[in-house]
Amino acid sequence: MGETKKVEFEYSQIDSERMRLNVGPQHPSTHGVLRLEVELDGEIVTEVIPHIGYLHRCFEKHCEKMTYPQVIPYIDRMDYICAMNNEWPYVMGIEKLMGIEVPEKVEYIRVIFAELNRIANHQIAIATFGLDAGAFTPFLYLFRDREFILSIFEKASGGRLLYNYYWVGGLAADVHKEFKEDVLSIVKQVRETNKEIADLLLYNKIFIERVANVGILPADVAISYGCSGPVARGSGLAFDLRKDAPYSIYDRFDFDVVTGHGEVGTVGDCFDRNIVRFHEMEQSCRIIEQAIEQMPMDGDVREKLPKKIRPPKGEIYTKAENPKGELGFYIVSNGTDKPERIKSRGTSFVNLSVLPEISKGYLFADLIMILGSVDIVLGEVDR
Amino acid sequence: MGLLNKLDDPYYGGGIILGKVEDILNWGRSKSDWYLQFGLACCAIEFMAVNASHFDFMRFGCIPRTSPRQADFIIISGTVTFKMAERIKVLYEQMAEPKYVISMGSCSNCGGPYWEHGYHVLKGVDRIIPVDVYIPGCPPRPEALEEGMIRLQEKINKQAIFNKRKRLAEEEKQELIIDN
Ligand code: SF4
Repeated sequence: MGETKKVEFEYSQIDSERMRLNVGPQHPSTHGVLRLEVELDGEIVTEVIPHIGYLHRCFEKHCEKMTYPQVIPYIDRMDYICAMNNEWPYVMGIEKLMGIEVPEKVEYIRVIFAELNRIANHQIAIATFGLDAGAFTPFLYLFRDREFILSIFEKASGGRLLYNYYWVGGLAADVHKEFKEDVLSIVKQVRETNKEIADLLLYNKIFIERVANVGILPADVAISYGCSGPVARGSGLAFDLRKDAPYSIYDRFDFDVVTGHGEVGTVGDCFDRNIVRFHEMEQSCRIIEQAIEQMPMDGDVREKLPKKIRPPKGEIYTKAENPKGELGFYIVSNGTDKPERIKSRGTSFVNLSVLPEISKGYLFADLIMILGSVDIVLGEVDR
Repeated sequence: MGLLNKLDDPYYGGGIILGKVEDILNWGRSKSDWYLQFGLACCAIEFMAVNASHFDFMRFGCIPRTSPRQADFIIISGTVTFKMAERIKVLYEQMAEPKYVISMGSCSNCGGPYWEHGYHVLKGVDRIIPVDVYIPGCPPRPEALEEGMIRLQEKINKQAIFNKRKRLAEEEKQELIIDN
């Protein structure tokens, strides 16, 4: 054996070959059927091209063929994790077009269910993010709690996942008698589990090492890509439609807009996006508690349901704060019972577009974490 | 445990099981089916719920595998679009024999809500791969998926391994006789 020789080199001088790698559509960490074409230089990601369309389910075509109420189930199936939130901007738009005032009780139930669904969505987001990082236990805890939330939805609407519950002018059915107590017990349970999750996953040393300073999204990039929701708020932007453009009765509640501020790393990294989701669950709990207190228990949720849904000619854009960000519907009515055209602004689609920008220059293993932290649902990306 | 208690009993010969090789193989196969971890659409969320604490899919002996080479069966959980159909066929072909397919939800059974106007949706996954168990629902309840799993185990328990061709031919002959 000869002497070991010390080799000195500049990284850029190595003649390395770029490699193209295919991730998905069947991949445990792509959260559905997304395909990523990744260009690697060694272990470093130099380019990411998302290929979408594996779940294109012809949403706009269905909107042309269906009557207004028939469209609601298809909206459920866009972002199937938070179906309640999805229905809301749509029915709100038609109510505005037709000039319907919904009863007080309906508004409160809508708020409570939307916030419960926000919690359920964030639970899935954090659970699957933990799975991506290799933590299986938080997944079990979070899904246990999610089942309690689903049981409430099931009692009200009959569905576990896709509800068709928000109707134009009201709700499909009234809530049960012990609704308030049930919701409060869930809120309590969510808070308890959240404490555990903070210890178990989010402030775990190993987890922090994995996600801090990874996938940094600066605020100006977030704005220029049109990001919204926890992705934008993680970068320090206090943008929340519930506060900035209050719809329904959100101006009656006292809650904070959570933003990331670089708790363990840089502002806008994967950790910030997730901690925003985590603290938002607490804010949702606060909103629910206030709403439960103010909500009237008597009154009919179906009294304002119109017999025929035939909005006058016109167009409208309505938006609402989905758990993933701003979800908007542009509805064009031609005076008949079928919409002329409905275009939706898919939150996940917009948020996904930022992925190539923020994953450049990180390790390939980090790409999975970055994708998980953006929290997309392919049903909404492809529609 | 039923079987182990019986083995203690001297009447049963103490530690010896007599049975047809086929039955024992089928028993082993039906109790440790590994599935391909693969979600397509909304049904995949219910599929995830089945894996989680309330429903605990693993008590059926089902463990998620991320590679089709290691999987015994695949659950088609969601809408199969034309673009995805090719990939599903490839995935199915990559799985090793014996392999089974569970079609979960209306979408993969027949096109579901997208049956009429879905210009990009395959009207039933059985047009490209053979399906063993169909589970109705949009989405099916987790209990329904578990019931489907039990049905699949029943089917595996009954399957022929040796002299398959001969036996199948005989069965067909008998069916023909009954039909006529
Ligand atoms: S059957 Fe229903 S729930 Fe399942 S994928 Fe199709 S639309 Fe979604």
